[in-house]
Amino acid sequence: MTKKLKLRLFKDKFYFILLLILSLIPIFLFILIIIHIIKKGITVIDWSFLSQLPKPVGEEGGGILNAIVGTILLIILASILTIPIGIVTGIFLYEYSNSKLAYIVRIISEIIQGIPSIVIGILAYIWVVKPMGHFSGLSGGVALALIMLPIVIKTTEEMLKLIPNELKEASLALGTPYYRTIFKVMIPTAISGILTGILTGIARIAGETAPLLFTAFGNPFLNFDIFKPISSLPHIIYLYSISPFEDWNQKAWGASFILLIFVLFLNVLIRILSVKKK
Amino acid sequence: MKEITLKIENLNAYYENNQILKNISLDIYRNKITAIMGPSGCGKTSLIRCINRMFELTPKTKIEGKITLIEKINGSFKEINVYSTESTYIRRKIGMVFQKPNPFPTMSIYENVLAGFILNGIKLKKSEADSIVEDALRKVALWDEVKDKLKKRGTFLSGGQQQRLCIARALVMKPEIILLDEPTSALDPMATSKIEELLENLKSIVTIIIVTHNVGQAGRISDYVAFLYLGELLEFGLTDKVFTNPSHKKTEEFLIGKIG
Amino acid sequence: MIDKFFKNILKLFGFIIIFLGLLIFLSLFSSSLPSIKKFGLKFLFLSDWDPVNEVFGGLPFILGTLITSLLAFIISLPFILSVTIILGVYFTEGFIAEILRHIIDLIAAIPSVIIGFWGLFVFVPIVREVELLLGVTPYGVGIITASILLAFMILPYSASIGKDAMRLVPQDLKEAAFSLGATKWEVIKKIMIPYARSGIIAGMFLSLGRALGETMVVTMVIGNKNSIPQSIFEPGNTIASVIANEFAEAITHLHVSSLIYLGLILFLITMLFNIIAKFMLKKFKI
Repeated sequence: MTKKLKLRLFKDKFYFILLLILSLIPIFLFILIIIHIIKKGITVIDWSFLSQLPKPVGEEGGGILNAIVGTILLIILASILTIPIGIVTGIFLYEYSNSKLAYIVRIISEIIQGIPSIVIGILAYIWVVKPMGHFSGLSGGVALALIMLPIVIKTTEEMLKLIPNELKEASLALGTPYYRTIFKVMIPTAISGILTGILTGIARIAGETAPLLFTAFGNPFLNFDIFKPISSLPHIIYLYSISPFEDWNQKAWGASFILLIFVLFLNVLIRILSVKKK
Repeated sequence: MKEITLKIENLNAYYENNQILKNISLDIYRNKITAIMGPSGCGKTSLIRCINRMFELTPKTKIEGKITLIEKINGSFKEINVYSTESTYIRRKIGMVFQKPNPFPTMSIYENVLAGFILNGIKLKKSEADSIVEDALRKVALWDEVKDKLKKRGTFLSGGQQQRLCIARALVMKPEIILLDEPTSALDPMATSKIEELLENLKSIVTIIIVTHNVGQAGRISDYVAFLYLGELLEFGLTDKVFTNPSHKKTEEFLIGKIG
Repeated sequence: MIDKFFKNILKLFGFIIIFLGLLIFLSLFSSSLPSIKKFGLKFLFLSDWDPVNEVFGGLPFILGTLITSLLAFIISLPFILSVTIILGVYFTEGFIAEILRHIIDLIAAIPSVIIGFWGLFVFVPIVREVELLLGVTPYGVGIITASILLAFMILPYSASIGKDAMRLVPQDLKEAAFSLGATKWEVIKKIMIPYARSGIIAGMFLSLGRALGETMVVTMVIGNKNSIPQSIFEPGNTIASVIANEFAEAITHLHVSSLIYLGLILFLITMLFNIIAKFMLKKFKI
């Protein structure tokens, strides 16, 4: 073996090891963060943490029930706003796929998807908070819905496009009207993919904080009224983490634990569903 | 006595700026098997898709001419202008079976047979539904093979069985005519011959128009044959006659395998 | 007839989306109008941000946004390339490859507020120690802290696209190179990366777009100082973080309008990067 060849082979191995180490660093960091949150968070979780409301500032004890309920309510609200519009728009994009109108709609959907979430918060503020005169769960739901919408639109269109054309034609050839073909054949066939898209949207909005800072605004009391400010897990994590009270900091770890497990669980679920489809 | 069940008059079809079908006039006889043949690209699939108004689903298409469906109800005849009647009505009267078997993957075998009713929101009594399903599956010689698996998904069957299921699905709507677009080209020889046998048995209850590029198949099962070439109807007549004594040179070339 | 009605409803929803898009632009513009009218384009170059005296200049935040994003990008570069190559060439199939791929993707799934929280309590003290060692003022929080965490967060986006780009390199091209006696690294460096270059770069643009708009992590570890930082170890602010900090409590009309003006600028910058990224992706993938 010539010296040159030896050098080249050495370089080959060297770069591989270097790249491998560099790649493992972010993975290592990820695991580190997860373990830390689990360690700090799990000690805080007990039944009173999950079922009680926050105590007045400075007092120990209490829980984050308001945040848990708030997150659930906001997710439901955002889903109600997004799913019908998202699916129907997805059907539109499927049916009129090559039209100029569809082209523009797709571009706008992509633009919305790229808007930083803080700016989406500003939009919800302009559209809902300002006219209403105060913060509300509704404005938070609108902001989250706007974030979720492009995901549902895109998934619906893509899932419909995956269905072989012969299936649509088989239904039409039986004399089925178009709208029934869509709702009784196309959508049911695409439904698992569409559901995966919805779950993806939910996983995304569950952890969103920025747009809620001046829309849902947070609420130390339990609140089911969407026309009033409402708390949420990400918001309470933010609030409690930057506060000087150690009790609140501790609770933030607990809330982080819950939120993290929820989001990771959803993500794993989505991956499993995607593999099953194949 | 020869009864006409479908009259095609001066049919012209266009896709973008190309003329796919040129002035086709053709009569289809009741309870007979008519084969539509011709080399690839001659327009045979487009022709049958004009009959059940699927051709117009493709954008940038245009159709001219007249197609009349003659329904026989209790001995009397009713004429229906295909292009001025509601397309969903026409498609229930003229069924279609596609080249690639396409049972609905979200429905069971049982539901697939009744798909025509289910999709149109027509509710049936269980006893009525059961007897319709059994009747249809018997007609296509599938009953014995699937009677214990009616609740299973249709996609679990073999290709040949799936195609017979699709024929059953079309038959349930009690159409006047069934259009088949190269129904056996995706199947193995055994499945093919089963379907050919099935079609010969079915013609007593329904009129069959079958597109095929398989000369042998046309010769085996069809009563009449129409030969299309580059969008024109070159020849039409009794299969025996056309095959033994074709009057057009192109027909002869196709039959002996020179073109197509 | 019902089908016609249904199809018209479909078209209606298309128009609704278009209307939504227009509404977004109009809302942002009209709500920033008071600030635009008062400060005009000078807003981009003035660095005085004084809510009390109603003087608003956006330069500290625009600079903060650009610096943190650029820095995050530079820091993440070696890691992006490493993951791209490792997942795109060495570990493309199999159990280990799937695990690695999933973990990288899951990084993007962690809510940013959680990363910010961890950053504040675990990472900032570490940075403080390092700053002491370096002899700099040990703020702990600051531009560099935010940039490092941002680098971590944007990695999955560009790595994912990059690895896809690498996998698109035609097999026969690689085989031709191997058959000439090249080592694996040489094939990667001289054949694959040049071929996949625009896809990799498109992925990087996309992740830059994300870095520009990231709010929570930055807000929590950047120190929230409304002035242009003199060094990367100093605290500062980005457009996203100043809006997050001040919007809820902004009282005067002009204050709110200036914050929205900043939001509009951020929106436009982000949109520009996303358009470039999507354009490059389209050109490459086809």
